[in-house]
Amino acid sequence: MQPFTTLTAVAAPLEIAKIDTGVIVPGRFMRIRRRPGVTDYADVFLYDLRFDENDRTREEFVLNRPAYKGAGILVTGIDFGCGSSREGAAYAVLDFGVRALVGPGFGDVFVGNCLQNGIVPAVAAVAGDSGFVASVEGGTGHPHDGRPRRADGRCS
Amino acid sequence: MDTAHLPQSRTMLDKIWAEHVVVPSADGEELMFVDLNLVHEGGTFMAFDQLRAEGRKVRKPNLTLAVTDHYLPSLNRKAGVAAIPNPAIRNVVEWLAQHTREFGIEHIGPDDARQGITHVIAPELGLTQPGLLITCCDSHTATQGALGTLAMPIGQSNQLRHVLATQTLWQKKPRQMRITIDGAPGPHVTAKDIVLAIIARIGIGGASGHAVEYCGSTIRAMSIEARLTICNMSIEAGARIGMVAPDDTTFEYVNGRPHAPHGQDWDAALKYWRTLPSDAGAPFDRELAIDAAALAPMVSWGTSPQDSSPITERVPDPASIAEPEHRRRVERALEYMQLMPGTPLSDIRVNRVFIGSCTNARIEDLRAAAQVARGRRVTVPSIVVPGSTAVKRQAETEGLDRIFLEAGFEWRDASCSMCGGSNGDIVPRGERSASTTNRNFEGRQGPGAMTHIMSPSMAAAAAITGRLTDVRKLVR
Repeated sequence: MQPFTTLTAVAAPLEIAKIDTGVIVPGRFMRIRRRPGVTDYADVFLYDLRFDENDRTREEFVLNRPAYKGAGILVTGIDFGCGSSREGAAYAVLDFGVRALVGPGFGDVFVGNCLQNGIVPAVAAVAGDSGFVASVEGGTGHPHDGRPRRADGRCS
Repeated sequence: MDTAHLPQSRTMLDKIWAEHVVVPSADGEELMFVDLNLVHEGGTFMAFDQLRAEGRKVRKPNLTLAVTDHYLPSLNRKAGVAAIPNPAIRNVVEWLAQHTREFGIEHIGPDDARQGITHVIAPELGLTQPGLLITCCDSHTATQGALGTLAMPIGQSNQLRHVLATQTLWQKKPRQMRITIDGAPGPHVTAKDIVLAIIARIGIGGASGHAVEYCGSTIRAMSIEARLTICNMSIEAGARIGMVAPDDTTFEYVNGRPHAPHGQDWDAALKYWRTLPSDAGAPFDRELAIDAAALAPMVSWGTSPQDSSPITERVPDPASIAEPEHRRRVERALEYMQLMPGTPLSDIRVNRVFIGSCTNARIEDLRAAAQVARGRRVTVPSIVVPGSTAVKRQAETEGLDRIFLEAGFEWRDASCSMCGGSNGDIVPRGERSASTTNRNFEGRQGPGAMTHIMSPSMAAAAAITGRLTDVRKLVR
């Protein structure tokens, strides 16, 4: 796992509340083995939001817009990662290239899986998270300091 | 153990937690000993792949039990695993068999008489006992907290690998919330309706960061199976842990099951189990009180379990919601669910019905559904998938299968089935289901599927009428 110290990246606003882990990785993709060093879960990240039912790119979806290509930070709505405990959800975030999530709150099991995989789910204490998401519209890169943390490796 | 530093009044969680701490860490986590680790095939191949790559062994193979449930077909099971038509699904089923052989773990496979949904069979077999710490790579692990068990969900890869390799797990102790439920529920108001009412009240993140203890006279009067339904949906309120203190109902349930202690061991266990309930005056971080007598049968209308209302109400109008974030979310939910604000919930037509899952596929659930189905006919495709092979056999002994079949339901084999659709049992795109499951998120039962969650008797009523129905009006 890559240690997390400081991250400077484009932050993309994901303005949908309560995105559960089954939307982060739909169940039909939870059959993929993940090879070391290969980002096998990148393609399935938020699949049904990024692609339509005929697998065509939804151009209007935020992560498909040119300004947010290569986003390394997601600013999320409330309760991102609620629902199923599938660790594939954390793998998909990571494999897509996102190392930090900033939002008003996250699913508890998902938080555990993020920390195991070197993703920082940062809780931003703000009143009215919709204004917070709007404030990152524009997608210019800005530094996000995450404290160095040994999120995994306890048994290695 | 040194008890001098412990407060005088402790909660059940405090007591069980303290019994399992091996060592604390400097940053506030504790290394916990795991009494029993349950594994299913969903995603867990990743943990075994990691163990193999690292050259590790399973530390205590006899404290892990593997069960196939998510990817197993609910139809044509006699044809065997080789007959599973989708190779991606067949692979996942075969991998668990291979991995358990490779790592020396007991596996309850497709043909085992004990097979069923993990959270259904563990209590059934007497594996789930008060005071134990049980982990399972599944968010509905808290189901087993109904017996006074500290049952925790873990990640399917890194955390599972850690438990397999060490029989321990690093955890930060959660805050504690007590939900007190009093009052006698009215006719056809079940454990499912009570837990949906709780989630509707506090929201899907309402108990995040907390372990929940459910108490009160309504809980005391409930069967273990009803308590299992309540604890099952703790995660839908954000809580990883949900528990009910063990009592005589618990002890009667556990006694005599295959893995229950017996003889002198039983006496010793009982003595210990009676010490587990929270002490009077034990502190909780949060409290919530629910009046079960005031509740009606519930149905969900949106795309989160918190989007649930009494069947007597209407689809909410986003225009009446002041908070912008909440309003946008409800607008999006109604768009996905293809519902118009103000529509009476009992006017919503459904395309199919699913009775099953770790929430509501135990024998009492099937009895409740059969009571509604008896002497009536379904008007939409409807399936019953028992929670375990043992539940199926019991139902057949009681003649429930005949009732369902004569009413036009399909009577299938135990599997997680259409709850998450892992095995290919999905709701087709654009179709609407009435379902006894736990989640109605976008795409949960299949891409573009629209899910309404409810109790078994409410789902059976929907199967008869073809729309969401107040079962109290159908069965007078």
